[in-house]
Amino acid sequence: MAEYTQMEMMICAAARQLEDGRTVVVGTGAPCAAAMLAQRLWAPNLMILFEAGGIGPLLPTMPISVGDSRTFHRAILAGSMNEIMEMCQRGLVDYTFLGAGQIDMHGNINSTMVGQDYRKPKVRFPGSGGANDLASLCWRTIVMTPQDTRRFVPKVDFVTTPGYLAGKGAREAAGLPPGTGPYKVITDLGIIGYPQESCRMEVESLHAGVTADTVRERTGFPMLFKEPLAETPPPTGEELRVLREEVDPYRYVIGR
Amino acid sequence: MSEPAGEGKLFSFPDVDGLRRLHREKARNMVSKLMSAREAIDRFVHDGDYLGVGGFGTNRIPTALLHEVVRQRKKKLGFAGHTSTHDFQILVGGDCLDRVDCAYVVGLEARGLSANARRAFESGRIEATEWSNAALAWRYKAAAMGLPFLPARVMLGTDTYRYSAAKTIACPFTGETLLALPALAPDVALIHVHRCDEFGNAQIDGITVADLDLARAAKRVILSTEYLVPNDQIRERPHCTAIPYFLVDGVVVQRYGGYPGNMPYEYFSDEEHLKEWLKVEQDPGELEAFLQKYLYGLPDFQSYLELKGGEERMLQLRAEELLENRREGV
Repeated sequence: MAEYTQMEMMICAAARQLEDGRTVVVGTGAPCAAAMLAQRLWAPNLMILFEAGGIGPLLPTMPISVGDSRTFHRAILAGSMNEIMEMCQRGLVDYTFLGAGQIDMHGNINSTMVGQDYRKPKVRFPGSGGANDLASLCWRTIVMTPQDTRRFVPKVDFVTTPGYLAGKGAREAAGLPPGTGPYKVITDLGIIGYPQESCRMEVESLHAGVTADTVRERTGFPMLFKEPLAETPPPTGEELRVLREEVDPYRYVIGR
Repeated sequence: MSEPAGEGKLFSFPDVDGLRRLHREKARNMVSKLMSAREAIDRFVHDGDYLGVGGFGTNRIPTALLHEVVRQRKKKLGFAGHTSTHDFQILVGGDCLDRVDCAYVVGLEARGLSANARRAFESGRIEATEWSNAALAWRYKAAAMGLPFLPARVMLGTDTYRYSAAKTIACPFTGETLLALPALAPDVALIHVHRCDEFGNAQIDGITVADLDLARAAKRVILSTEYLVPNDQIRERPHCTAIPYFLVDGVVVQRYGGYPGNMPYEYFSDEEHLKEWLKVEQDPGELEAFLQKYLYGLPDFQSYLELKGGEERMLQLRAEELLENRREGV
């Protein structure tokens, strides 16, 4: 079996979530790599969107910024932020891929601050950017993040971006579009889903060599496990080849 | 359920009738607005003003104009932090801001966080109100439409909403809970474009981010442009006009005016220099010396470009933008 890193495993697992003929808004880094991989292997009609306005680029290299020239290189449309966000609000966007500073069991994300006083944060982070918009409006939100107790916390210091908020039905009660919400979390340990009845995280599969105990140790809240628990198929030789040679030849992401 | 209103401070009240009166008085004459960056910032940016900046952080940003704001030591400015990265870093470096509508601040995307911008928030020196990127873009759009607010379906149920100055309303047709975003009409917009004529008729190549609405929302607009073109060239392709002259107050011609950011089809970002900014910010003393060298100690932006390698460096960045130096087979 081919040697691979945890980052390569995460990117392949994330890429497999994307079917052909779908639309996905991605950020730079691992999410972009996953979308590019899917596009090259089995989803030639996957429409990649960037929040600053790029629609359907033929990405020549990995973008550095979600608004740089690469994000609309030989694109269908070089539009505007409103063009993308309004597409999301109209229901045209199937997936978004986000990162997470902190995340709780309902998939609520903090990327704004650490501390208890908004006016005097212990650590200030960038804030929502487009994450709140995308997670509010896209049909399915997929989070890619390494898993540890610093990130997977019982309560996030600040709900920047909505997951299922307090649980089932809370998004709709707050006024968010029905049928949207967190779909999967792809970590270096496994793939996590959200059963509809509880809307809280449940591990669906573990990557090769990972045990449920490791997941428990690296999660700051009680994690649920699906039964029977699957093993994530490891990256195939073809996935690794395309990822290394075509998607990220300079190892910007997989070299991390 | 969402609370009826966020508890954040509203830095810019949506006075649409005031905006109408202001626009009624705005000159419609097609006269030359060419001026230096120094004159444009001196005439149109005043201490205490609220600024909106075009582009997307390190992409098509009006760096030359931002440097001039810092060089003239403008203070107590408000700012719309709508994926603001290097633009924000420059203004915070000059300690120009005292209030910020935050959607994306203090970061430079994948490059890391600005230590100096973080210090400004963590010390409480900058007053913040929270929003999302779409929220700020739609706030410009509301002002551009001449409306006091626009409804939207974002931010609901989150702390981003709680610390914003948005409100919720019931839709008069469906009864659904909607977010109400107050119009944002900055006192001044600074926007970098590819080409425009002396009157301010401007074209933008590539994504426009939120700049079409920003130009229409702002009370005053200063453009910096890569190229100055004759009015005839604009009239040959009127469908390409992104910003018409009657919105514009000042036109500053500055080739490479978005450096060290990326200008689509012209030049790529200077990642080395951006890294250097991030690094010196770790130490306030080093940052001060850095700003002295690259900004305060220089008479204008052209001198900064010369100091950073001039035409030779710019041609390298142009080759990078045009993907001319990619490795074989990649």
